[in-house]
Amino acid sequence: MSEPDLLHFLTAGSVDDGKSTLIGRLLYDANALYDDHVAALRRTAATGNAEMDFSLITDGLRAEREQGITIDVAYRYFATSRRRFIVADAPGHEQYTRNMATAASHADLALLLIDAEQGVSTQSKRHAFICALLGIPRFVVAINKMDLVGYSEERFREIETEYRDFAVRLGLSNLQFIPVCAVSGDNVVRRGNGMAWYAGTTLLSYLEEVYVAGDRNLVDFRLPVQRVIHLPGTFRGFGGRVVSGLLRGGDEVMVLPSGFRSRVTSIAIGMQPVGTAVAGQSITVSLEDDIDVGRGDLLVHPGNVPRERRELEAMLVWTGDEPLVAGGIYQIKHAARWLKARCETISYRVDPNTLSRDTVDSLSLNDIGRARFTLFTPVLADEYRRNRALGSFIVVSVSGNDTLGAAVIVDRTDYDAELKTERAVPDRSNVVWHEGQVTLAARSAVMGHRPATVWMTGLSGAGKSTVAFALERRLIEAGHPCFVLDGDNVRHGLNRDLGFSPKDRAENIRRVAEVARLMNEAGLIVITSFISPFRDDREMAGQIIGKERFIEVHLSTRIEECERRDVKGFYRKARAGELQGFTGVSAPYEPPESPAVRLDTELLTIDDSINILLQHLENYYES
Amino acid sequence: MSERLSLGLLDELEAESIQIIREVAAEGERPVMMYSIGKDSSVMLHLARKAFHPAPIPFPLLHVDTEFKFPEMIEFRNRMAVEIGFDLRVYTNRQAIDSGANPWEMGTVRCCGFLKTQALLESLKLGSYDLVIGGARREEERSRAKERVFSFRDIHGQWDPRRQRPEFWQLYNTRMHPGESMRVFPLSNWTELDVWRYIAREGIAVVPLYFAAEREVVERNGQLIPVGKDTPLLAGETSVQRLCRFRTLGCYPCTGAVASSAVTVEEIIAELEQARLSERTTRIIDHDQDGSMERKKREGYF
Repeated sequence: MSEPDLLHFLTAGSVDDGKSTLIGRLLYDANALYDDHVAALRRTAATGNAEMDFSLITDGLRAEREQGITIDVAYRYFATSRRRFIVADAPGHEQYTRNMATAASHADLALLLIDAEQGVSTQSKRHAFICALLGIPRFVVAINKMDLVGYSEERFREIETEYRDFAVRLGLSNLQFIPVCAVSGDNVVRRGNGMAWYAGTTLLSYLEEVYVAGDRNLVDFRLPVQRVIHLPGTFRGFGGRVVSGLLRGGDEVMVLPSGFRSRVTSIAIGMQPVGTAVAGQSITVSLEDDIDVGRGDLLVHPGNVPRERRELEAMLVWTGDEPLVAGGIYQIKHAARWLKARCETISYRVDPNTLSRDTVDSLSLNDIGRARFTLFTPVLADEYRRNRALGSFIVVSVSGNDTLGAAVIVDRTDYDAELKTERAVPDRSNVVWHEGQVTLAARSAVMGHRPATVWMTGLSGAGKSTVAFALERRLIEAGHPCFVLDGDNVRHGLNRDLGFSPKDRAENIRRVAEVARLMNEAGLIVITSFISPFRDDREMAGQIIGKERFIEVHLSTRIEECERRDVKGFYRKARAGELQGFTGVSAPYEPPESPAVRLDTELLTIDDSINILLQHLENYYES
Repeated sequence: MSERLSLGLLDELEAESIQIIREVAAEGERPVMMYSIGKDSSVMLHLARKAFHPAPIPFPLLHVDTEFKFPEMIEFRNRMAVEIGFDLRVYTNRQAIDSGANPWEMGTVRCCGFLKTQALLESLKLGSYDLVIGGARREEERSRAKERVFSFRDIHGQWDPRRQRPEFWQLYNTRMHPGESMRVFPLSNWTELDVWRYIAREGIAVVPLYFAAEREVVERNGQLIPVGKDTPLLAGETSVQRLCRFRTLGCYPCTGAVASSAVTVEEIIAELEQARLSERTTRIIDHDQDGSMERKKREGYF
């Protein structure tokens, strides 16, 4: 088994929503608290009643325990057999928004708490807004204190709907709602009483299973040089952390801002030479030519360079007592570089509750807004959405040295037409900006594979989605950008207007095939998971995608076995006559005659199936 | 398909720590790394070597010696300094030692105040160090769970948990006025188990006291306190030989051993995977009163 990975999540929400209690409960029920800490909790519990006060686990400061509030982030560490977790328990008080934002800038996932009685509060909106701004890609919304609303499903759905409506406006789509009771532990680690209507996962199993490694940008290689490592007469190398993309020994690299080119002669992690370095690793690189490289410089691939900017447009979370004012001079830290900047204009302040924009002269403590800076020295930056490390900076007081704000770089958009003053990239003949001139061969070279569509067909319950998502994970881990088109997921959006008649099914497959083709052209490996019961439809899909790229995989598991599993309860419904036209029961399934791969998931484990598919893909790449 | 592009847990922790250590070297006017000879120090030293290899570690290592350390620790420290070739500096609060400071008569709180906190602050001032790397981990204790990676200290070395600088992404704000300083914790996100698994993976040398052996101890308040050359025994106490090891190393009068038969790193890992008690239960100084670590930290302790 491979080494477990790391999930970094924060808990957010309003004061008294029970965040600290939930974390305490999660740790306690996951058996992640030491006996002496539990004993100390029992001793400190002032009330003397049998219930332990779990909030005391994370509120580590005396002032917090005295007041029963969280002032600053507490970090907790725990592990299950599946995964290691770093939990940042962030404060709920508006006064300590800066500490909440600190936690948010490091998280892969936000666990947001809502009190079932109180409903969606201003603070839970504010926190969602900051999490969205800082680019946290997925949210778990735990609706807590379900016991106080009689475990009511109606109340749960009501809050879910209200929150979804708000989240959509923030551009958040990956939301998971779980009804919990932190005090008793219902649906935290184990299933609870009184919520039989809830069929979803518990909080812990969601956290254990959610996939995050795909968040990394493995395309744009960027290495900000932190320090030159120099042994006179013997060695000169450049130490830094690969913030995105990957670098291989022998690669041609460009040093920015100078524009010099050279070739990588060695990459090392400490004393150990390595062939490839990937996003996240701290490495030392040495180059063929003895060129000028210093701290703050950036190593990139010559065909993929960030923009040089003399101005930065940014969304800011203001954390300083000193306000942001137009005309003010500030220190900025971007990647491994310090510089000074003037704030030119403050475009607006956002009210995180209503998302309305107010015209203001300054941003004060805990404000969120948009501003434009002129830099005294240009920087090489990406948009935050594409690259967190080169798309962010901090604003620091010139006089007091305090950290005043966190900033994410946004690109100008239409509604800021008046700001079209960005200067062109200065003439530097060997820095090229490519646009729309990329061939498929070039894409394939970057991706490290020939794109293909793995088309999985088979009965409901044969394991198509399970195999598809597991294969996707393995491919991503191996550095192959890929994407799963899943039957259920597509029918939520692109194909929501289609039913299950043979005609609609054909149209469903046609659209999916067109999407797969586009994704293949973009260089991605596509894995589809559709019953696709008719031979003709699959034939059509193969033609749209291109025969050479279309890899048909038949999950040939017997219907008896699929029916025994009945993951979604469809067979039971179909047998009861509640579901018409169900493949295998009341509609036909036409198995492929000569699929590229045949997998019987009754006989094979998931790992076996994946290994067979990977082997097939490997042969495909080499053919 | 053979390239593995996902990072394991230890790879990720290592990469983060190296980034922090390099940032200190690059931005500090007078950086220093605290060296307390324990397992965390051994890991930190190894990470610092990796960060700058093949060049030597570009800052000195500072040991605050209370003169109540286990003799094995001092022997190990001196051997490492020679083998690895780092710039070792040792500081002792000579005045307090000469006037007879010891935990038995003075109590642990005052003794620590003189020999550790005061000695630390004096030695940092003496060297005018601005960025001070320490091996504390957030997992160890609940006030440490509240620490930033780059933790600001005023001109008196004091920590104010209400006024911590926010810390966004890996953009560490190292800007300070003269006399102010920062404590920097590259192992913030490591746990005790991570430390041991990394020691195993990298083959890092540690003080032999971590491994089980027959040692002379006295049982006191549920702790196995080692009997040193000058440990006074209370009425009714007798020392016994016990098979035990140390989970953390501090001053011998105040560090309890745990009953254990683990004699290899792998056995220690197996033991910790089953452990039901936290690491610092054996550190007497942590348990003087509720919030004692926080109090010490505010005054300037790590």
